[in-house]
Amino acid sequence: MKVYETVIGLEVHVELATRTKIFCGCSTKFGGAPNTRCCPVCTGMPGTLPVLNKKVVEYAIAAGLALGCRITQKCKFDRKNYFYPDLPKAYQVSQLYLPICRDGGIEIDTPAGRKTIGIHEIHMEEDAGKLVHDPWDDVTLVDYNRCGVPLIEIVSEPDMRSAQEVVAYLEKLKLILQYLGVSDCKMQEGSLRADINLSVREMGAKEFGVRTEMKNMNSFKAIARAVEGERKRQIELLEEGRRVVQETRRWDDNKDMSFAMRSKEDAQDYRYFPEPDLVPVEISDEWLEEIRARQPELRDEKMLRYEREYGIPAYDAAIITASKQMADLFEAAAALCGRPKEVSNWLMVETMRLMKEAQTEPEDLSVSPEKLASLILLVEKGTINRTVAKKVYEKIFFEDVDPEEYVKQNGLGMVQDDSLLRSTAESVLAQNPQSVADYKGGKAKAMGYLVGQTMRAMKGKANPAKVNEMIQELLSR
Amino acid sequence: MIISEDTIEYVAALAKLKLEEDQKDKAIEDLNRILAYIDTMNELDTDGIEPMSHAFEVKNVFREDVVTNEEETEALLANAPVKKDGCFVVPKTVET
Amino acid sequence: MEVTKWGAKELSDRIKARELSASEAVEAQLAQIERKETRYHCYTRVLAEEARERAKEVQRRMDAGELADSPLAGVPVAIKDNICTKGIPTTCSSRMLKNFVPPYDAAVIERLQAAGAVLIGKLNMDEFAMGSTTETSWFGPTKNPWDVTRVPGGSSGGAAAAVAAQEAFLALGSDTGGSIRQPSSFCGVTGIKPTYGTVSRYGLIAYASSLDQIGPIARSAEDCAAALDVISGTDLRDSTCIPKESYGYSKALTGEIKGMRIGIPSGYFGDGLDPEVERGIRKAADVLASLGAVVEEFELKAVDYAIPAYYVIASAEASSNLSRYDGVKYGYRTPKYEDLQEVYLKTRSEGFGGEVKRRMMIGAFVLSSGYYDAYYNKALKVKALIKQGFDEAFQKYDCILGPTAPTTAVKLGESLSDPLKMYLGDIYTVSVNLAGLPGISVPCGLDSRGLPIGMQLIGRAFGEKEILRAAHAYEQTGEYLFAPCTE
Repeated sequence: MKVYETVIGLEVHVELATRTKIFCGCSTKFGGAPNTRCCPVCTGMPGTLPVLNKKVVEYAIAAGLALGCRITQKCKFDRKNYFYPDLPKAYQVSQLYLPICRDGGIEIDTPAGRKTIGIHEIHMEEDAGKLVHDPWDDVTLVDYNRCGVPLIEIVSEPDMRSAQEVVAYLEKLKLILQYLGVSDCKMQEGSLRADINLSVREMGAKEFGVRTEMKNMNSFKAIARAVEGERKRQIELLEEGRRVVQETRRWDDNKDMSFAMRSKEDAQDYRYFPEPDLVPVEISDEWLEEIRARQPELRDEKMLRYEREYGIPAYDAAIITASKQMADLFEAAAALCGRPKEVSNWLMVETMRLMKEAQTEPEDLSVSPEKLASLILLVEKGTINRTVAKKVYEKIFFEDVDPEEYVKQNGLGMVQDDSLLRSTAESVLAQNPQSVADYKGGKAKAMGYLVGQTMRAMKGKANPAKVNEMIQELLSR
Repeated sequence: MIISEDTIEYVAALAKLKLEEDQKDKAIEDLNRILAYIDTMNELDTDGIEPMSHAFEVKNVFREDVVTNEEETEALLANAPVKKDGCFVVPKTVET
Repeated sequence: MEVTKWGAKELSDRIKARELSASEAVEAQLAQIERKETRYHCYTRVLAEEARERAKEVQRRMDAGELADSPLAGVPVAIKDNICTKGIPTTCSSRMLKNFVPPYDAAVIERLQAAGAVLIGKLNMDEFAMGSTTETSWFGPTKNPWDVTRVPGGSSGGAAAAVAAQEAFLALGSDTGGSIRQPSSFCGVTGIKPTYGTVSRYGLIAYASSLDQIGPIARSAEDCAAALDVISGTDLRDSTCIPKESYGYSKALTGEIKGMRIGIPSGYFGDGLDPEVERGIRKAADVLASLGAVVEEFELKAVDYAIPAYYVIASAEASSNLSRYDGVKYGYRTPKYEDLQEVYLKTRSEGFGGEVKRRMMIGAFVLSSGYYDAYYNKALKVKALIKQGFDEAFQKYDCILGPTAPTTAVKLGESLSDPLKMYLGDIYTVSVNLAGLPGISVPCGLDSRGLPIGMQLIGRAFGEKEILRAAHAYEQTGEYLFAPCTE
């Protein structure tokens, strides 16, 4: 068999985190009963007109700057015409001739080292509605809630060569966008979805092979499998002496196969032309600088700063900054309690464990920094011990309880009464003469057992350091 | 002749119009006459001229990102030829 | 009292002076409509009950001391049926929107209501404003009140005919390539297309978005100015609306045009222009000169290519704008269908008339892959040159004068069979839309058949005041000629 090279380019659609839609004052909130988040404008009623949401432009510029693009300082919108029930105007307002950003790129880490994936362009456009099959009547129901939600489409160069590179690119992209705050990138809600353009060619060939497109992929795992599956399919075709057909295919993740989409009745002739209802957008140098100055710290800078400023190990800094939610939580909690290392420990160990247990995506992490900080201070002050703290943290994680109140209400505070501890320890020693003898006979280990028994008798609410001290004192008498 | 039978069918398909056989010839004739007339604009030298989509140079008209609309499902659906469960209804769309 | 012969502003003044009430004005108007409507068919719907209710409310407001400054307080106003009216069908004279009831008012309707005008009805038009005769209406043609065997022009034919037949004091039309000015000319009334961006298009059902503009049709420049005072102004819902410093049009009507420089493009008097129309225009030019204007002929560049450029641009935008009528959200849906494609194809083929379909096909063609540059982009360049030509002309002149249409009103049924011939009738009007400029059509006498001739005055961008002043000064030199329908 010949050796083949896979060539992949991505078109990534990202829903912007604006409050309102791109051309009207409807909420972009996810969900809601059908057709409750739309108006005459976004449902394309006759006579209505679009007015551009300024924030969409600013978010697109922010994304472009972070992705190293040139910003098109005079850009405009075009109409892309096609009929489909999810598109109420029968055209999508998008950008063909003058997209807002061009010629950027991001670096990804591959087993062979760093590599730049080029970004061809970024354009602004509106999302379409949702079609739901109604099994009772065998008809399709049309819901326009998502219609007009602002999107940017990030078109990469065909620079990726493997599923790993694709996933690395997407992960990097996702983090950058999340850190910018321009999108929540919740893939399960469709805020980030990718079209995969893939072709194969013999290693060393100059020309690209015939490519296929797989649309609307919204999980990294499915994307990796789809790349792998499509690559194999195309190579098999070529090996059998057949040809790859340029077409749109649908990846079926359950069957682990792609299928040709039935070629539509429609010719793919979108008849783009400048949108006459919108005026051009002119981005002045001042506006650009203003946005540049507002750009938040992105992940790479953050990681370095955590190491430098907080003395967090590189490995931990990488994990914490792997999601914006986690990094935000870290910084806020650290600022509140002044114990960055403690916060880091809570995130690295307990938070990770609970997220795994609850199958929480990092984007959905909702622990409040105030509560985590307050918990850390409770331990610090000796109000509760670590064992109790872990239990309280679970309650914070799942039920958002207030740690201070919760400790108070459930009597979890450490017993500060020395005389109670003394009498308890004395009775433990009295009940375990053998261990006492063992200790005195040189078996230091026996002390651990006595401490444990005392903690138990104190129902875990004693300060372990104090118990140690007390047992030592009693044994040395 | 710019418009052939194939072109008229293609153009009708793009515009989602169904032309009956007896309308086709007339449509081809009309469009060819009109386009032949339109072609007279090629007499005008437009080299180096920027295409002008807006007659006036207005730019940067924006709205602020503030929610202003309330739910008005009923009004939006009032004109729907077929509706169900707060949705517009179309014949089953085939996804594959 | 011949109430319906009064001007709109005059009527409002008389209501303010308590010579009659807003309700009496509405009754007079409804009675005239009752008498004339079967003959002329100007309306798609008369809002008798709504108007009676509204008139009472307006009268209450006036009695309470409101609306003293509104030139249209208490005036019944008729609206072209492509301007959305909340809760009232807005059909575009199309089978497609026969039952469409908008849940919102157009911006101009809000402004009219706030000014105390009373909506009296919705006016017939060419389907989706495509046509020059009002014969493409799904509801049947409107007849010209000067001669019922003739068309009233179009697409705002219902509007112009209603004003001429005293079935309306004032009407709002829309103008994409001459649709206010040409019917005004055919019906012997005054109609102005404002500069693009002067009046909000929010709620105007789009034909060609970059060219559409709403404007008034009335029996005098004075009433047009009064209407513009009410309906113009910026609107946050229309991105192409252009804020201006001053909108006071009525104040510009000084009657004084001494020294005004008026240019007549010599190319306007060429082939295809009816000699009687030419005579009418030249006579009007003499009148303007006698009033002290400096009138001379000049060469207007690129204007010969306005019609091709217009039909490319307008059809392209129309093909996109009208794609939303697909039988899903509103309007007509074919009763019998097997699948989605049939819903689309049958709904649109049955719902639209021939002229609309023709323009949608032209539009789809000129935008289609491989033809965009040769047609659409070329047309945008021609448009740029036409604008340049006007810009140069307005360095020398305050107004450009010419005919509104090459002929007076044509016979019913003559135009539809030959679309290209109909398009050529737009020769004097479409360039004004392409350049975004204001244009007014003013009656200037009758031809030998007794049909009105219209002259067009074109102004520089936002130069409405100049052309209104010239039109007004001209109108002051003679009496308004009422259509022969007057009993």
